[in-house]
Amino acid sequence: MARHEPWSAERATGIIAEHTHLEGATLPILHALQETFGYVDTGAVPLIADALNLSRAEVHGCITFYHDFRAHPAGRHEVKLCRAEACQAMGSDTLHREILGRLGCGWHETTADGNATVEPVYCLGLCANGPAALIDGEPLAHLTADALEAALTEVRQ
Amino acid sequence: MSVTLYVPRDAVALGLGANKVARALFAGAERRGLDVTIVRTGSRGLAWLEPMVEVGTSEGRIAYGPVKLADVEALLDAGLTTGGDHALRLGDPEKIPFLARQQRLTFHRCGVIDPVSVDDYRAHGGYRGLEAALKLDAEGVVAAVRDSGLRGRGGAGFPAGIKWNTVMLAQADQKYVVCNADEGDSGTFADRMMMEGDPFNLIEGMTIAGVATGATRGYIYLRSEYPQAFATLKEAIANGIQAGVLGDDVLGSGKSFHLDVRLGAGAYICGEETSLLESLEGKRGIVRAKPPIPALKGFLGKPTLVNNVMTFTAVPWILDNGAKAYADYGMGRSLGTLPIQLAGNIKHGGLIEMAFGITLRQVIEDFGGGTRSGRPVRAVQVGGPLGAYFPDHLLDTPLDYEAMAAQKGLVGHGGIVVFDDTVDMAAQARFAFEFCATESCGKCTPCRVGATRGVETMDKVIAGIRPEANLTLIADLCEVMTDGSLCAMGGLTPMPVMSAITHFPEDFTRAGSLPVAAE
Repeated sequence: MARHEPWSAERATGIIAEHTHLEGATLPILHALQETFGYVDTGAVPLIADALNLSRAEVHGCITFYHDFRAHPAGRHEVKLCRAEACQAMGSDTLHREILGRLGCGWHETTADGNATVEPVYCLGLCANGPAALIDGEPLAHLTADALEAALTEVRQ
Repeated sequence: MSVTLYVPRDAVALGLGANKVARALFAGAERRGLDVTIVRTGSRGLAWLEPMVEVGTSEGRIAYGPVKLADVEALLDAGLTTGGDHALRLGDPEKIPFLARQQRLTFHRCGVIDPVSVDDYRAHGGYRGLEAALKLDAEGVVAAVRDSGLRGRGGAGFPAGIKWNTVMLAQADQKYVVCNADEGDSGTFADRMMMEGDPFNLIEGMTIAGVATGATRGYIYLRSEYPQAFATLKEAIANGIQAGVLGDDVLGSGKSFHLDVRLGAGAYICGEETSLLESLEGKRGIVRAKPPIPALKGFLGKPTLVNNVMTFTAVPWILDNGAKAYADYGMGRSLGTLPIQLAGNIKHGGLIEMAFGITLRQVIEDFGGGTRSGRPVRAVQVGGPLGAYFPDHLLDTPLDYEAMAAQKGLVGHGGIVVFDDTVDMAAQARFAFEFCATESCGKCTPCRVGATRGVETMDKVIAGIRPEANLTLIADLCEVMTDGSLCAMGGLTPMPVMSAITHFPEDFTRAGSLPVAAE
């Protein structure tokens, strides 16, 4: 299942043009590009800079400031695991070691089969029902390693 | 006759399978020839009972929970649609002690109504605050906010009326109202619940702010970790425009207020208001030096009212019921109610809206029922990752801005994270530095460099390398960070660190196995 389109400068130019009328358009543009392509290609930097009358350095600086934006394609599914205090209180550190062990990858890395990229996140607002995770934006509460595995199997289908 | 079932669409409920439960309920009812309508509500905030399903009966609503997919058939067989008996039957949800004991002013609709329906919102008292505000002049609205004693609920506790007054008096061709919905503190979820469960309360509060300050445009800056809240807000705003409660002629008053929601991108620092404004402008979320204050030079250099979700959502009730009615709740200079979020290792966690003055122990024991693990409570962090860790002997401290400050802690956004006796406080103190190092915007040296030096030094303490000398160094470093940082990120990181060292010293001297030479 392809969640994202392959990078296309032409398509990116169209997406950028849809947002230039907004006040402070940079973040909405970056989100839209990542939503479409799964990452923000470096080829987008001059396109955004031209459209918003910014320097390339300003656009690059903006992209790299935020944890959300990635410069390279990720796995087919994005797993965000909460590492903040409320989940720590429910044993998230131990759980994460088990999950990463089973997936065979580290933080910010993609599994060998390309199915999932794991990102740390600091709080999902599910703090009374931790440990918590998001898979492609869908929340998972009372997380266990088995529940994550089942959820990843489910989205794979 | 059609029966209405209420199934939450709140992220907690979704995370526990609410969508599957809703689909199974609908399919199961259909198979039985029952005519049901399913309304997707927010959550009432009884987190351990989610997904909590409610059914409308002639005697009012009857709740069941926590409902798992596997329970649905048995529940339908037991007559869920008529309030039939079952082990999961909770009865009238408002009589559940956790809820019955609360003082819900801001959250009274959350979990009750269809969050994206203007009609449902109005049927439950919505827009009475804005109607009252439109009968007053701008000074009258600002006076009501000031007289209510409302203080900024984001953490700093700055009197809201003073901010509103400053923006109202500022002269400019364009002013803005910006909602800080970058609820990044661990252990907090009140903003999320409100945006998912009663977004029109926020929209109404911001509209009142627009009317009072003369701002015709508003933005909600929402963290990207809340995709459900984003979808709900988008839907609510679109419905609001359709219904004429947003746009060029708000409620037929001739006044204009345009609202949009913007997504952050995973930077904790953007919860700091000047960093948030930079981000909203499309830049790196670097903290600005103050002055100028955002009330005079904020978004795009224009006068901007920046308040937290909980501040804006307190306002419709205040305008509807009067400033004095709100100020009658609370204690000292902390007036009104605080939406407390009880989280972490807790048996009965969730949203507890109470007047200021309730003690931490009352929240944790009377509402929370102790830890989920069943082990003793050892440490409690109040107010997010920049808040202090409290030991048992300080749990009788009331939740009040001044009383918490007197114990070297803070109320923050009202999040309470409970840890049991397995917690390692040296690891928690190290994490506070690590989090600051990860999330620092990098503008000022005490925060940018201090956080990393803090991690390194704490690692030495944990490894048992000259722990006493290194703890002295950490205390010194914390003083520099407190006094020299530009904003609360670096300025308050010492709070969890020093409270952990002060109240749990035994956790910092455990190692001591490595020889000094290892340094």
